[in-house]
Amino acid sequence: MRENAPVCIVILPLAAALLSLCLGYVKKEAAGWAAIIGLGGAFLCSLQVFCQAVKTGEVSYYLGNWEPPYGIAFSIDPLSGLIAMMAALLALLSAIYALSFVKEEGWVRYAGFYALLSLLAAGLLGMTITGDVFNLYVFLEIASLAGYGLIGFGGGKSALASFRYLLIGTIGASFYLLGIGYLFAFTGTLNMADLSERMSPFFENTFMWLPMAMILIGFGIKMALFPMHGWQPDAYSYAHPGAAGLIAGVMAKIPAYAMLRFFFCILDPHVPSVQMAMNLAGIAAAAGIIFGSVMAIAQKDFRRMLAYSSVAQVGYIVVGFSIGNPLALTGAVLHIVGHGFMKSSLFMTAGAIRYRYGIVLYENFGQLYRRMPVTTAVLVLSGLSMIGVPPTAGFFSKWYLGLGAAEAGEWIYILLLLVSSLLNAVYFFRVFETIFMQQPSSFTQKEADDCSANKPGGKELPLTMLFSMGAAGLLVLVTGLCNQPMAQILLSSLPEVIHS
Amino acid sequence: MIQTINVILADYLIYMLIFALFFLSILGIMICGNYIKKLICMNIMQVAVIFFFLCTAQEEDATIPILEEGIANPALYVNPLPHALMLTAIVVSLGTTGVAIALLMHIKETYGSVEESEILRRSDR
Repeated sequence: MRENAPVCIVILPLAAALLSLCLGYVKKEAAGWAAIIGLGGAFLCSLQVFCQAVKTGEVSYYLGNWEPPYGIAFSIDPLSGLIAMMAALLALLSAIYALSFVKEEGWVRYAGFYALLSLLAAGLLGMTITGDVFNLYVFLEIASLAGYGLIGFGGGKSALASFRYLLIGTIGASFYLLGIGYLFAFTGTLNMADLSERMSPFFENTFMWLPMAMILIGFGIKMALFPMHGWQPDAYSYAHPGAAGLIAGVMAKIPAYAMLRFFFCILDPHVPSVQMAMNLAGIAAAAGIIFGSVMAIAQKDFRRMLAYSSVAQVGYIVVGFSIGNPLALTGAVLHIVGHGFMKSSLFMTAGAIRYRYGIVLYENFGQLYRRMPVTTAVLVLSGLSMIGVPPTAGFFSKWYLGLGAAEAGEWIYILLLLVSSLLNAVYFFRVFETIFMQQPSSFTQKEADDCSANKPGGKELPLTMLFSMGAAGLLVLVTGLCNQPMAQILLSSLPEVIHS
Repeated sequence: MIQTINVILADYLIYMLIFALFFLSILGIMICGNYIKKLICMNIMQVAVIFFFLCTAQEEDATIPILEEGIANPALYVNPLPHALMLTAIVVSLGTTGVAIALLMHIKETYGSVEESEILRRSDR
C-alpha cells in the first residue's frame, strides 16, 4: 500500500467521483460521504508521500511499471508534495463545507455536485504530481471541465459565466497543447525529466520563443494572469458557493505551479528566450497587481472584490518567478500555498454570509460580528493575511518575495509590493469597518429579530460549515507560523539549476 | 526552382495553413455574436491543434506504423505516438463540446436566446 500511495492521490478522488453518482442513486447522502472519504484518503496519501519525499528526495511511481520515457510517471518532490497536500486538504474542507449547501437538492444535483468536486480535485492533484507534459494537459482538462460544471451549478448568471470561461479556457488549453507539440517535434519525448535533458541543444533555435509564448499564454489564461483574466471575476462570483472556495483558492494556483515546473525544471531559466518570457510575465504581473487591486476597490459585491484581488495575488506569484532567485521562488511557492488557504477561507465566509442572510453586497454587512462571530473572525484573519500582517501566511510570502527582489536588485518590485499592500488594506479595512462600525442593515437586523423571537440562541451556521471555515482560517495562521521549516524544505528542494 | 517550391510547400506551407486556421478560429470566437458559432469556432481551433500534431508525425517515404516483414528500420514508419495523443485530445474536445452544449441549453432556457446581444439586453433588465 505504501509504495502505491502516489497513484492513490489521484485514483481515490477519481473513484469517489464515479462511486458518488452510483451511491447517490441509492441514498443521496452516501454521495457526499464517498467524496469526503475519497478526498480524505487522497490527503492522507499526499501527506505520506510528502513526508517520504522530504526524507528521501523525489518519489517516483511508474504507472503499469512502464519505465519512463516510454510510460507515464508520477514524480513527487517536496515542492509538488506540499502543493498536492494543500490542494487535497482544501478539496476535503470544501466537500465538508458544501454538505449543507446541497442538502435540499434532489439526488442528481447532490450526487452530481460531489462527483464534479471529486473530479476537480483529481484533475488538480494529477496536474501537481504528474511527470509527463501531455498527461498534465489531460489532467488540466479534467480539472477545467469539472470546474465549468461547478461554476454552471451556481444558478442565475452562472451558466453564462461558465460558458465564457469554457471558450477562453479551451483557447488556453489549445495554446498549451500547441506549445508542447512544438517541444515534442524538437525532442520526440513528453516525459518531463527526459525533456529537460534533451532540450539543451535546441535553446539556440530561432523559433524557440514560439513554444515559450504559447505555454505562457496557455498557463496565463488558466491562472487568470493579467491581461488574460477576463473570464475570472464572473466565474468566481457566480460559481456554486459550496465549490467557490476550491475553485478560487486552488484552480488558479495549480497552473501557476505547473508554470514553475515548466520554466524552471524542464527549461533552463538562464536561456535568453526563457528569460524573455519570464520578464514579459513579470511586467504583465506587475500591471495586474495594480489593476486587480484598483478594480477590487471599485467593487460593491464582496465576491467580486475577492475575485479581482485574486488577479492581483496571482501577480505576486508570477513576480516571484520573474525575479527567479531561490528566495523569490520560495516566496512564490509559499504564496501559492498561503493564498490558496486565504482565498478559500474568504470565499467560504462569503458563501456562509450568503447562506445565512442571502446578501453579497458588503455594504449590508453592518454589525455582522454580533451575529456571526466565527465567520467574522475567519474573515478578519484571512483579510489581514491578504494585506500582509504578521504572523499570517501573507506576510511571510511577501517577505520572501521582497528579500528575493532585494537580492536581485529589482527595487521596483519592492515598491510594487508596498503599494499593493496599501491598496489591499484600503479595500479590506473598508469591509472590516462595515462589519464592526456601521449600523446593522435591514437584512441582518430583521434576521436578528426573527431569531430572538422564535429560537433564542440559534446556531450561527451548520457545524460542518463552521468546522471547514475555521480549519481553513487556522491553516492561514499555521502556514504563517510554520514558514521557517516550509521555506527550508522548499529552498533545499528547488531544482539545482536555479541555485547556480 | 521547382525544388525550392517543393520544399516550401512540403515543409512550411502546411504549418502556415494550420496556424492561419488556429488564429482565424480564435478570431471567430472573439467576433461571432452567436454562441453556437463561437462553439463551432472552438471546435475548429481544436482541429487545428490536432492537424499540427499529425503533421509532426509525417515522414517522407514512410509507411503506416505496423510491423512488416523486411522493414526493420524505424525511420521507414510514421511516428504513431502523435496519433495516439490526438486520440486523447479528440476525446477531450468531445467532452468540452458536450459540457458547452449542456451549458448552452441552460442559457437558452434562461434567456430564450443564444445571441450575445440579446442575452446582454435581457440580463440587464
